[in-house]
Amino acid sequence: MLRVSTLKKRDGFTLKAEFEVPTPGVVALFGRSGCGKTTLVNLISGLLAPDEGRIQLNDTVLTDTRAGMSVPVEQRRIGYVFQDARLFPHFTVLGNLRYGLKRSRRRGVGRVGPLGGAAPAAGARAGAAAGTAAAGGTADPPAIEFDEVVELLGLGSLLDRRPYQLSGGERQRVGLGRALLSQPRLLLLDEPLASLDMARREEVLPYLEALRDHLAMPMVYVSHQFDEVLQLATHVVLMEAGRVVTHGTLNEVSVRPELRAIVGPDAVGSVLDGIVTRTDPAQGMADLRLGHGTLFVSLQNVAVGARVRVQLLARDIILATQKPQGLSVRNELQGVIAELAPDDHDGVLVKVDIGGEVVLSRVTQDAATALNFQPGTRVWALVKAVSTRGHTFRVATGT
Amino acid sequence: MNDLLSPAELDALRLSLEVAGRAVAFSLPVAIGIAWILTRVRFPGRSVLDAFVHLPLVLPPVAVGYVLLVLFGINGAFGGWLHDRLGIQLAFTTGGAALATAVMSFPLMVRAIRIALENVDLGLEAAARTLGAGPWDRFFTITLPLMLPGVLAGAVTAFAAGLGEFGAVITFAANVPGVTRTLPLALYTAIQSPGGDPVAFRLAVLSLILGLLGLLAAELLARYVRRLLGR
Repeated sequence: MLRVSTLKKRDGFTLKAEFEVPTPGVVALFGRSGCGKTTLVNLISGLLAPDEGRIQLNDTVLTDTRAGMSVPVEQRRIGYVFQDARLFPHFTVLGNLRYGLKRSRRRGVGRVGPLGGAAPAAGARAGAAAGTAAAGGTADPPAIEFDEVVELLGLGSLLDRRPYQLSGGERQRVGLGRALLSQPRLLLLDEPLASLDMARREEVLPYLEALRDHLAMPMVYVSHQFDEVLQLATHVVLMEAGRVVTHGTLNEVSVRPELRAIVGPDAVGSVLDGIVTRTDPAQGMADLRLGHGTLFVSLQNVAVGARVRVQLLARDIILATQKPQGLSVRNELQGVIAELAPDDHDGVLVKVDIGGEVVLSRVTQDAATALNFQPGTRVWALVKAVSTRGHTFRVATGT
Repeated sequence: MNDLLSPAELDALRLSLEVAGRAVAFSLPVAIGIAWILTRVRFPGRSVLDAFVHLPLVLPPVAVGYVLLVLFGINGAFGGWLHDRLGIQLAFTTGGAALATAVMSFPLMVRAIRIALENVDLGLEAAARTLGAGPWDRFFTITLPLMLPGVLAGAVTAFAAGLGEFGAVITFAANVPGVTRTLPLALYTAIQSPGGDPVAFRLAVLSLILGLLGLLAAELLARYVRRLLGR
């Protein structure tokens, strides 16, 4: 668990943040540029000291101003991946990667298990970490091995290079590897993709997913791009103007009005996690089990049983009061209207409960009146399968 | 070499190199420390320390030599103590010449190191911190290597300037052949002697060659370090 309760005033800007999120997991600090996300990660890392507050990671209190204590940055074991990578220019990639590793060994942290043998298979690690967390939570995660990180991040061919010889994406991967090898208990990522162009981002994102899925490393991920959050996060802390406006699981936060205020009406949509029950590789489609229903979505390269996250944009969802016939729409999710909230001047945001899960639909005020939408009205939420293209993401099997 | 230079000239050359070398070796760590304090630490009296460090730049060298004589002469406040307790005598010795040279070139060195230190990205030190490096560890593995070009530039400049230090050396350490008679002092002595012109000329040429070599070495060193830092 990461518990933050902190106040920091600086140059006329006030940051007041209070939240608690479980670990392991990926917490996205999401908000517009300048809302205090970086200040908050700096407070967690210890690079900034809070005016007041307390920050706790699992059993370790990192800062407590009331008790007058603060663990020095260099002893916190919190990895930090900076937006600008901050690789040491006078070291090779290998030297950069070893910098934190050597120091963690000197302090005797993150030692290999009893036999000190080969690193366990990547898949086994997630299970092992989850096991120790369940057993009591005090045990450190197993050591992160050099070879494992090099392989996971594809750094093998870069080891002899100097930072100036690397592309932006490679730099971020090295920065990520360097932070991981310092054997952190928590990894902070401050917009690691922000300085990269689209192609480079696509190059780095899968590595971040691999970290989340194979190392079970608790991460705090700062971003102002919601698609990154969708792809990586398990929890979201939503920030605006130095305050935490709401926080919760991604699925919870996705249907909250505070998110709409930040991402805008067109990016609003519920985020649902489902399990693949059938695949159709020829068409690049798959069936997802969601709540009580099944959703036919655009999804490639997945296996049956995989956990998949899908975002259903509110503006793409059609509501029908009767089971429709003769439509090209491939998905009909039966549900009950839970809530109607005014959205735009001419629109209504309808929350539909489809059996435990919530789907959001934006309809015009006219339509809502004509169809006499009320809380409790039975409806069918219609989802075009093609509208899910680019809005489906594989998520960790364990978390 | 022996055919080219007379024993006295060789002595002067050797002494110049030794004095400048010892001056740099002695003052470099101190200069790095002072530069670090002036750049990184905010404390009352910082500008006083800054001014004090720069004093040798604006004082007549003879005045600096005189102050050293007062402080480090055998009857001086520190000099007496050093002599009685440790048996060290600075005035009128090669070590004294090195001390005078070090004091004179100190501001040059601090200036160069300070500029280098100001250019070191604090973000890299912060990164090192998050990777578990404590203050000294960070200094020796990140800060110092990154400011190395400036440190070397400062050292080479101070060395080159030290080869030619005259006023402070002659005042504090006098003009003792084979002990404190460095190149400029030998040159001065030659000019003062009747018929010393040829010797003076040779020594002037020697100084010139030495200076050129110094500048060349500085450039090569800078190039090497730049490559070391990967730029």
